[in-house]
Amino acid sequence: MTGLILRRLGIGLVTVLAVSLIIFFGTKILPGDAAQIRLGQEATPENVAALREKLGLDKPYWAQYLIWLKNFMTGNLGISLASDVPITNLIADRYKNTVIVSCLTALIGVPISLMLGIMAAMFPGSLYDRVLTFVSVSLVAAPEFFTATLLVLLFVFALDIGNAVVVGSTDGKGFFELIAHFALPIATLSFVIASQLIRMSRAAVLNVMSSPYIEMAILKGVPRRRIIFRHALLNAIGPIVNVVALNLAYLVTGVIVVEVYFAYPGLATLIVQGVQSRDFVLIQGLGMIFCLTYVVLMLIADIAAFASNPRLRHPK
Amino acid sequence: MSRDNTIDVPLGAHPDRLGGLSEGDKTDHFVAPFEHGISFDELPDAPPKARFRFSLTGWIGAIIVAFWLFIAVFGSFIAPYGENDLPFPDDYSEFQTPRAGALLGTDVEDRDILSRIIYGAGRTIGISFAATLLAYVLGVVLGIGAAVSGPKVDMAMSRINDAFLSLPTIMLGLVVVAAIGSSIPVLICTAGLIYATVVFRLARALGQEIMVMDFVEAAKARGEGRWWIITREIWPNAAMPLITDFGLRLIYVILFISSLSFLGLGVQPPQADWGSMVRENLGALQYGESIIPVLAPAMAIATLTVAINLVVDDVSAQAGGRLSKRL
Repeated sequence: MTGLILRRLGIGLVTVLAVSLIIFFGTKILPGDAAQIRLGQEATPENVAALREKLGLDKPYWAQYLIWLKNFMTGNLGISLASDVPITNLIADRYKNTVIVSCLTALIGVPISLMLGIMAAMFPGSLYDRVLTFVSVSLVAAPEFFTATLLVLLFVFALDIGNAVVVGSTDGKGFFELIAHFALPIATLSFVIASQLIRMSRAAVLNVMSSPYIEMAILKGVPRRRIIFRHALLNAIGPIVNVVALNLAYLVTGVIVVEVYFAYPGLATLIVQGVQSRDFVLIQGLGMIFCLTYVVLMLIADIAAFASNPRLRHPK
Repeated sequence: MSRDNTIDVPLGAHPDRLGGLSEGDKTDHFVAPFEHGISFDELPDAPPKARFRFSLTGWIGAIIVAFWLFIAVFGSFIAPYGENDLPFPDDYSEFQTPRAGALLGTDVEDRDILSRIIYGAGRTIGISFAATLLAYVLGVVLGIGAAVSGPKVDMAMSRINDAFLSLPTIMLGLVVVAAIGSSIPVLICTAGLIYATVVFRLARALGQEIMVMDFVEAAKARGEGRWWIITREIWPNAAMPLITDFGLRLIYVILFISSLSFLGLGVQPPQADWGSMVRENLGALQYGESIIPVLAPAMAIATLTVAINLVVDDVSAQAGGRLSKRL
């Protein structure tokens, strides 16, 4: 078991290194160099050369990469090319919105979707199950901004509650005030992950439900409710945790679209600005943060999948 | 595995129960057609003909997909205005409501929304289709190549592929667009390369599964060349799941391209594309003026992707639903 987890962690570490290589050298093929961009067109060649030396740009690529990686791990993300401000300062102003929306979505969206999915598995083929399956099949293939537009149509245009933009500061707001503040972004992301979670948790429970020991329990005359909660659910926990982690990893992507749609400042809008202004120091730093979060969640999904399965934990 | 990498599980039945033996398959002996004039299909224990029937939802999906394909191909002939024409050149108010002459109203720059959606159809569908095709050519060639190569080549290719797979697709897209800017060929190549990683994994898994089957062993023992084995033994068996997966991949590519365009990093103005139309007209929502300029293009994407999904669901359910088990 520990050996397996250590091996997964090792694979995770290698993945992170590979990711950092892709991000670093992916942004290195960009034309122009950081020193020239920061000093502007009028800078004398001597000044540019001096700054190049200070930033370490005169060193070979692999040395630059190692320095960048070391700086990243010590929390030094470099200085933005577009605004001449340390990246860490830019992030400090914005990370809260992104983190709050992702966490609240996880807190609200995940339990509700799991409940709906498990209920659908309790009554397979019922009207409730079929309607839910149809809705989730439809939503799973729709883009985030379609879901967001439907929500705006319903709440802002039809019911006249709230705004299609998230405005104002989150300072000093309590838990419920924060939910109200980010109601539409949270609802949008919840719908997006719900469509996956409902389908997959339903499939996970139904999968267990078709195994022989459940058939045995049914033949013994155990009540349906008890079969689901005492027999099936415990064995479905592994796949369900796996699915939850995968969908939280997906939030990394979803949150970018939602922040732009509802026009509030966050890390995702920051990286989009970075791409538009070709600020590759910013892209490297933020790209690493997003990818790291993603890789860590995938790793959790992976470990959860076999940690909950005794047969994988104790290989013969 | 991100949302992009999942394979749809046809729900409603346990995968094991789908794709089970049908009545005709149950005989374990084969009666050769000794008499002339009787074909294999007419024998009492012949396997049932592979006849394909859409369910109701499959039909609805197929009709919507056909509708959008028609618009994509013949759009420039039916659009009431050009992509960047102004239906009411003298009227300067933004986001006019639907009226005669502009059935869906006009957008932030007074252009006809209906015409832009019709022009956008060709661009959105064309780019996505080209990208998916590229992903398939690369993914299938490399994936099946890895499956038939030795373990070392296979290992190296798979590890590199895994590194790319473990990145969120949109991040890869952002890095590429930041590095070389955005144009339609760049979009097609980027999406094609990103989704080739997923196809690679599927094609390799399928190839490996088929490689160890008896008929491949037999072909090897006969001394057939590698190319012969790929085209005659592996490909016919891998084709069906790959074609079903093509539909799914197309959905994710459409969503990917639309999201990039929505972020302002995909198709560039003034060219119409559904994703960028949503972004251009977001102001209509934010000032509470009208929802149609945003709803219409978002709806166009959603109807197309949901319709493809309905067709794919139907096809994979009829193909035995074994697709999900192969991953």
